Amino acid sequence: MKIAVCLKRVPDTETRIKIGADGRSIDEDGVKFILNPYDEYAVEQALQLKDSAGTGEVTAISLGSSASQETIRTALAMGVDRGILLETDALPLDPVPIGKALAAELGSGDYDLIFFGKVAIDDYSHAVGTIVSELLGIPSVSAVGRLEIADGKGTAEREIEGGVEVVEFSLPAVLTAEKGLNEPRYPALRGIMMAKKKPLEIKPVELEEGGLSVVELSVPPARPAGRIVGEGADAVPALVEALRTEAKVI
Amino acid sequence: MPFHGVDFLGIDSLFNEEELAVRDTVRRWVDDAVMPIIGDRYIAGEFPQELIGQMAELGLFGANLPEKYGCAGLNNVAYGLIMQELERGDSGIRSFASVQGALVMYPIYMFGNEEQKKEWLPKLASGEVVGCFGLTEPDYGSNPAGMITTARETDAGWTLNGTKMWITNGSTAQMAIIWAKTGDLDDPGSIRGFIVPTDAKGFTSKDQKGKISLRASDTSELALEDVCIPRDAVLSESAGIKSPLMCLTQARYGIAWGAVGAAMACYDEALNYAKTRMIFDKPIGSFQLQQLRLADMLTEITKAQLLCVQLGRLKDAGTMRPEQVSLAKRNNVNIATDIAREARRLLGANGILAEYQSMRHMTNLESVYTYEGTHDVHTLILGKAVTGISAFE
Ligand SMILES: Cc1cc2nc3c(=O)[nH]c(=O)nc-3n(C[C@H](O)[C@H](O)[C@H](O)COP(=O)(O)OP(=O)(O)OC[C@H]3O[C@@H](n4cnc5c(N)ncnc54)[C@H](O)[C@@H]3O)c2cc1C
Repeated sequence: MKIAVCLKRVPDTETRIKIGADGRSIDEDGVKFILNPYDEYAVEQALQLKDSAGTGEVTAISLGSSASQETIRTALAMGVDRGILLETDALPLDPVPIGKALAAELGSGDYDLIFFGKVAIDDYSHAVGTIVSELLGIPSVSAVGRLEIADGKGTAEREIEGGVEVVEFSLPAVLTAEKGLNEPRYPALRGIMMAKKKPLEIKPVELEEGGLSVVELSVPPARPAGRIVGEGADAVPALVEALRTEAKVI
Repeated sequence: MPFHGVDFLGIDSLFNEEELAVRDTVRRWVDDAVMPIIGDRYIAGEFPQELIGQMAELGLFGANLPEKYGCAGLNNVAYGLIMQELERGDSGIRSFASVQGALVMYPIYMFGNEEQKKEWLPKLASGEVVGCFGLTEPDYGSNPAGMITTARETDAGWTLNGTKMWITNGSTAQMAIIWAKTGDLDDPGSIRGFIVPTDAKGFTSKDQKGKISLRASDTSELALEDVCIPRDAVLSESAGIKSPLMCLTQARYGIAWGAVGAAMACYDEALNYAKTRMIFDKPIGSFQLQQLRLADMLTEITKAQLLCVQLGRLKDAGTMRPEQVSLAKRNNVNIATDIAREARRLLGANGILAEYQSMRHMTNLESVYTYEGTHDVHTLILGKAVTGISAFE
C-alpha cells in the first residue's frame, strides 16, 4: 500500500502569539513551530497501517517554506519513509490554491490512501483535505476517529452530534484524522538520527493567489476579572441571577 | 503546562537540528510520562518501573554507544541533553539511565570482549535486562581503591566475596558489574570488573530503607558470599582502579548535564510562582528580593549550560579530560542544589509539598552532590590538576 500524509508546520499551541508590524500576520520571531498535532494522528495511522501490512511506503508531503523540512523530518523520525517539500515562500489563507498544489503532486503519486489532519491549528480552515479529494475525484471521510482497511475497502467512524457515524468507502481515498484516532508515537532517538539519511525531495511550486485575503488580525479582548457574588448557600440565588442576566449562560 | 527549558543566552543556537530534536522528544516524554506520577512515587519511595520499557523504546539507554549493539549512536551532546531532560523530571529517573548506560553498558563496551558486548549490550539497551554497578563498599566510599571485595580464581572460574553499598538499581537489576580485587588487598591495580547475575547463589540484595533523598530510585546493599561465576565473566580488558574510574567519568559527564535540568525545573517553577502568587496585593515577583533570587538562578543556569556545551564538544572531539568533567560536575551540581533550595524558599509553604517540584529536587540533589565523587573529592581532583600535588593521600 502506498500512503501519503500531508503535513503542516504550525506555531506551537503553547506559544504566545504576537501580531506582526503589518497587522495581518504573526510575528514569527521566537515562535516555536511544530508538526500540526492533528497531522501527528495522520502520520501515526499511516505508520500503523504500513506496520500491520508489513509492506508499503509512507510519504510525507508538506507545502510551505524551506523551514517545513524540519516538520517533514519529524515525520521521518517517527518512521515515514520519504518526504516531499512543495516549497513556497508564503501560504495564502485561501485553502483552494493550497488544495490545488497538493492535488497536483498527490495525483501523480498513485497513492491508495491520503491522510490529512482534520484541521491545522493555525488557520482552522478544516478544508484542505476535502478540497484535495474533490480535485482528485476520490472519496473522502473527514474527522475519522476509528479506521479499518481490508480488501481494498475502508470503514471509518466519525463522531457526530449525539452518536457515531460509520462510513464505508473504496480506495483510493482521502481521510482526515480526528484527535484520539490513535496514540502518536514518540520518534525514537535512533529514528531522529536516521531521518537525515532518508530522501527528502524539494520541489518549488507557484501558488495561485486565491480569493481570500487577511484584512486584520487581533488578539481576543482581555477577560474581565472575576467577581465573587457571595459565600455559601445564601449566595446561590445571586449566582443564578448573575449567570442568567450577566453571563447569559443559563 | 509543558516545559520550555531555559535559554537566556541563545544557547540553543549551539545545538544542531538533531540534538534539538532529541532533546525536545525526551522533554515531551518527561512531560507526558514522568511529571504526572513522580511526586507520588517519590513519596511512596519507589522507582517507577513501568517507565523502563518506554525509556528503552525511545532509545535512552547507552544512547551514545554504537548502533550495531542496539544503541542509538548519538553524539555526546545529544546524550547530555537527554540526561538534562531526564533530571528535569527527577534525579532518580536520570540515575537509572546513567547507571544502565554509563556504568553498566559502558564498561561492557570498553572492557568487555566482543562476545560479551554482543550478548549484553542489546539486552541492556532494550531494557530486557537491568544492570547495576557495584563499586562502593561500607568502608570504602571516596576511596574505592581500598575496597576489600575479592575475586579469587578457582578451577571452575571466579569466586567473589564482599559487600557493596549504596548501589543504584541493586534490587531491580538482573545483572551487576562488580568490582573486586583479584590480588592483594593493598594492590588497587588488581581490581577488575565482573559480570555477575543477581540470581547467582550467594548473591543477595537489600533495599536501603529510610532515604530522605532520591526516593524514586532503588538504592540497595549487595552481599556476595562465595558467589561462583564462570571464568569468562571477567571484563577481560578491565585493569586496575582506573577502569571503574573511567566509568565514573562517563556518568559524571551525564550528571553535569542532569544537574542543569533539575536547576531549570526549579527555576521554571519559581518563576511561574513568582509571577502568579499575590501577596501584599502584588505578585511576589515584583519584590526586589525575589527578583534577585530569580536573577541569580538564571545566571548560574546559563553559566552551567555553557559549561556543558563546551564539555560535550570536547568529549565528541575526543579531547575531554577527567578533571574537566570534575569541574563541571562540581559546579553544576553545586549550583543546582542552591537553586533548588532558593526555589523552595521562594514558594513559601507550598514549597514543602510534593505537588511542587523544588523540594524534591532539593533533597535529590543532596545525593547527586555526594555520589559519583563528592563535591569535596572533585575539589581535590581540581586542586591536584592545577598544583600537581595530590591532597588525597
Ligand atoms: C543515592 C546514592 C546512590 C549511589 N549509587 C551508587 C552506585 O550505584 N554504585 C556505587 O558504587 N556507589 C553508589 N553510591 C555511593 C557513592 O558513590 C558514595 O556514597 C560516595 O562515593 C561517597 O562515599 P561515602 O558515602 O562513603 O562518603 P565518605 O567517603 O565517607 O565521605 C564522607 C565525607 O568526607 C569527605 N571526604 C572524603 N574523603 C575526603 C578527603 N580526602 N578530603 C576531604 N574530604 C573528604 C566527603 O566529601 C564527605 O563529605 C551512591 C550513593 C548514594 C547516596
